[in-house]
Amino acid sequence: MDFPEDLRYTSTHEWASAAENGVITIGITDFAQDQLGDVVFVELPQLGDQFEQGDPVAVVESVKTASDIYAPTKGTVVEVNSNLEDSPEEINSDPYSRGWIFRLAIDSTNELSDLLDAKAYRLNAVEE
Amino acid sequence: MDYLPHTLEDIEKALRTVGVRDVEDLFSDIPKALSNPEINLPSGMDEDTLLRHLKELQNQNSTDQPCFLGGGIRHHFFPSVTQQLASKPEFLTAYTAYQPEVSQGLLQATFEYQTMMSELTGLPISNASMYDGATATAEAALLAARATNRSKVLVSRGIHPETLEVLKTYLTPLKISLEVFELDGLTSSIPFVDKDTACVIAQNPNFLGYLESVPNLVEASHKMGALYVAVSDPVALGILKPPGSQGADIVTGDGQTLGNPVNFGGPSFGFLLVSERLVRQMPGRVVGETVDTEGQRGFVLTLQAREQHIRRGKAKSNICSNHQLTALMATINLAALGPQGLQEIAEQSVLAAHELADKLSRVGITVRQESTFFNEFLIETETSPLKLRQEFSLRGISAGIPVPQTFNFGNASILAATELTTKEDIDALLKAITEIELSK
Amino acid sequence: MKTLPQKRSNFAGNYVPLIFERSRPGRRASRPPIRRTGNVSALLGTDNVRQTPPRLPEVSELDLVRHYTALAHRQMSIDGNPYFLGSCTMKYNPKVNEEAARMFTKLHPYQDPRETQGALRLLFNLQTSLAELTGMNAVTLQPAAGAHGELTGMLMIKAYHQSNGEEDQRRVVLVPDSAHGTNPATATMVGYEVEEIPTDINGEVDVDHFLSALGPHVAAIMLTNPNTVGIFETKIMELSKAAHSFGAQLYYDGANANAIVGRARPGDMGFDVVHLNLHKTFTTPHGGGGPGAGPVGVKRHLKDFLPTPLIGKEDGQFTADYSVPQSIGRMRSFYGNFGNLVRAYTYIRALGKEGLRGVSTMAVLNANYLRVKLVEAGYEIAFDRINMHEFVARPPSGFKTIDIAKAMLDYGIHPMTVYFPLIVKEAMMLEPTETESIESIDRYAEIMGNILREADADPDYLSTAPHATPVLRLDEVRAARHPKLRHTFPPQ
Repeated sequence: MDFPEDLRYTSTHEWASAAENGVITIGITDFAQDQLGDVVFVELPQLGDQFEQGDPVAVVESVKTASDIYAPTKGTVVEVNSNLEDSPEEINSDPYSRGWIFRLAIDSTNELSDLLDAKAYRLNAVEE
Repeated sequence: MDYLPHTLEDIEKALRTVGVRDVEDLFSDIPKALSNPEINLPSGMDEDTLLRHLKELQNQNSTDQPCFLGGGIRHHFFPSVTQQLASKPEFLTAYTAYQPEVSQGLLQATFEYQTMMSELTGLPISNASMYDGATATAEAALLAARATNRSKVLVSRGIHPETLEVLKTYLTPLKISLEVFELDGLTSSIPFVDKDTACVIAQNPNFLGYLESVPNLVEASHKMGALYVAVSDPVALGILKPPGSQGADIVTGDGQTLGNPVNFGGPSFGFLLVSERLVRQMPGRVVGETVDTEGQRGFVLTLQAREQHIRRGKAKSNICSNHQLTALMATINLAALGPQGLQEIAEQSVLAAHELADKLSRVGITVRQESTFFNEFLIETETSPLKLRQEFSLRGISAGIPVPQTFNFGNASILAATELTTKEDIDALLKAITEIELSK
Repeated sequence: MKTLPQKRSNFAGNYVPLIFERSRPGRRASRPPIRRTGNVSALLGTDNVRQTPPRLPEVSELDLVRHYTALAHRQMSIDGNPYFLGSCTMKYNPKVNEEAARMFTKLHPYQDPRETQGALRLLFNLQTSLAELTGMNAVTLQPAAGAHGELTGMLMIKAYHQSNGEEDQRRVVLVPDSAHGTNPATATMVGYEVEEIPTDINGEVDVDHFLSALGPHVAAIMLTNPNTVGIFETKIMELSKAAHSFGAQLYYDGANANAIVGRARPGDMGFDVVHLNLHKTFTTPHGGGGPGAGPVGVKRHLKDFLPTPLIGKEDGQFTADYSVPQSIGRMRSFYGNFGNLVRAYTYIRALGKEGLRGVSTMAVLNANYLRVKLVEAGYEIAFDRINMHEFVARPPSGFKTIDIAKAMLDYGIHPMTVYFPLIVKEAMMLEPTETESIESIDRYAEIMGNILREADADPDYLSTAPHATPVLRLDEVRAARHPKLRHTFPPQ
């Protein structure tokens, strides 16, 4: 199972990229997509929606379950991956790249340092 | 009478296997204080005695007399084949299709139901049915509030008053405001729609029987970004314009007239259809087409992630069941009638009602005909509506739904006629009403 | 040697076209009476009339019959197959109940009450009987389903708190983590927040957690007894006393009433509101998913909030009673699912007091018998002890519940409830009900045992089951990703 070193992780199985021009990209991890099974639908947030750290932002549905995706840090939605409307399976096949879900504009990177690195994520969240 | 197969030997064997001496040992967890309360119920009956008892109850009812009652529920012609097929034990005693491989019968029938309702209403997506027209309409209002993120619902006075009551019950706890816009004569006025309005709800034909001008109502709704919910009479849709083609976003209504007996008001089913973009907000079960591992076509319950058994607290509704069997009966009945048969029933109902209205007018009863009506209409009388209904009843006729005071019509009653209404029925009604109302 | 079920064709063959695919223009099955002529378009106005007819099927009566008969052959049912679905109470649906229902189908709800005294009397008696059986003071027959009954009950609780000026204070509903999904969904529909209480290792509600979760902010606790894992909540009196000391209301989900009918009553346990599932305990037919009926009983202090109409009696006449002072309003049109109310009434009169008690006796005996047979067959029991009408099991390690369930279909038995409750991994919930014979239970357990052994002989078999059903495993992912929810007619 793959957990890229350059990303940060939450215990609720989201990954967040480093900030580029104050914007971070968020998706779900390889572990999460494997647990969910085939993704059938993604409920995306609206552009401009604002969230605190830990707020539910999106929903990823498989046939048998629906999982909330939480904001890893406080921020405002500036972009959503609308490809997922027609091809939700990208979350399964390419969770870290084509399967990205939404992008947040953030004020500060303080909350980012709360997040787990790849090694810590693997230990805490996956091998439980 | 009971349905237990257990002989004494069976019970002994079971007790031995389980490892207890007496069945009562299996209930030792129940505290003594709660066990074996005094229950005041009579003892059971054998089947013959039971049926005699029920017949006694049946004899205290009057049916098989001329009936001019509508109000969302009507006697229509249902061919015998409908009842025979719908009451097949495989349909009657089946469970929900959670194991689709052994439920293709009902899943396919539901897919056919969804298609037929879509054809009738002009909207692409139907769920697998709901409890009744009233709750379906309430769920539609909740849907509109979710989809638009607004918290006001405008509803025409012209909808069935019981539907209005159910709307109030469902919307109040969620603090969604409900405003009624009144009639202008026999049909709806155009409501004042603003950007807080989630949806506008109106019924066509309305509760009094008259046709609404749907395009105007749709326009007023859409202009301010509100959805339009068209509460519809499914038999009338055999000849009326489908609300989907008039711009309705959601269509609801009660399906009793499509193939279920009147049954003292239930069970029937509610139908709910939506436009494409609302599908993920739609409550209730829905059946979709797919293939199996050999590529053969099959059907499954789908989009289940909206529902309570997965989303639990975040579900679109708490609804668990649908009204599968009564929806099936409508499906079979529609297939038995076909488009022509449905059209004939609708047309004959219109003609019967207009003949009745005409004849009543001629004998001097005030019939409101200045607006177009379908198969129900208003009469105004000196006799109070409840008394009128009672007087009809004493003469062996079931007629006269009192128009509630909220409509501001004074002494008014609604009469209905269908393809089953004979000339003799009408003559009997005329004779009766002449005695009751005109011999003063 | 392979003795696994091979694919057999049923009478319908393997392909059943849609009714629309059997359709031919101009065919029709049935003709309504034509008594009048006239120009309907003129009467209604051509603007109001549709230009093209709806594309309903055009079939002969024989084709209609063949079609729905073919569909019936592709459908499992209680009449055909045992369904040991936990939490569903799939007991036998007596045929006399159907005969009873047919006697009352022609009544219109708006007939003058003097024309419907028989029906109203039946409903009145049913109200009384259900109140007696549950130990409650008043009953509404209006709710159309269990979930609808839950909504009704929770709305009354909300109205009650409102009448005490405590609506704003009481925002939370407590629900066990083993609860049916309708419980939290209902609480949300009424505007409450939901908090889950864990189940302890014995399968009962964790009392310490329960007590610490209680407070003046709690509006209600929704429980079922016996609980979802089939175990009686022995501390129910303590729980109800604690709840009431904080002014919270106790709601009883009647899904498991079959275990205690006739021998214990939720009213006596301290519940303030109760709903019953007539399609479970009182054997109204499931109809493939509905209609059911979910009457609700309440204690005296909640009577004024009941939905209207109730069935009342005045001067010897039965009436629709709208005089409920602070009614929550109407839950649905007319009186409720009357056809099912007739069936339930008939069942109660047929069994009587002793017969109803016999139901719970045999339901619990059968369930325990099945549990022991299942252990013999190689399964594990989640809470291994004497249970009530249902219990939770698990396959031995290495097996998946979904695969076993699919394999059971090949043997013509309907599998148990799968993956519920959520608190047990690979859960299998089984409820045989009282109407199954010992041989039926023996056979069911034997088949479940055989499946484990066959999987040893052919591991692929299980993961690709079923093999002998009208269709094989269906692509549910495809159905959800690209929903096709109606038939599309080929272009003209």
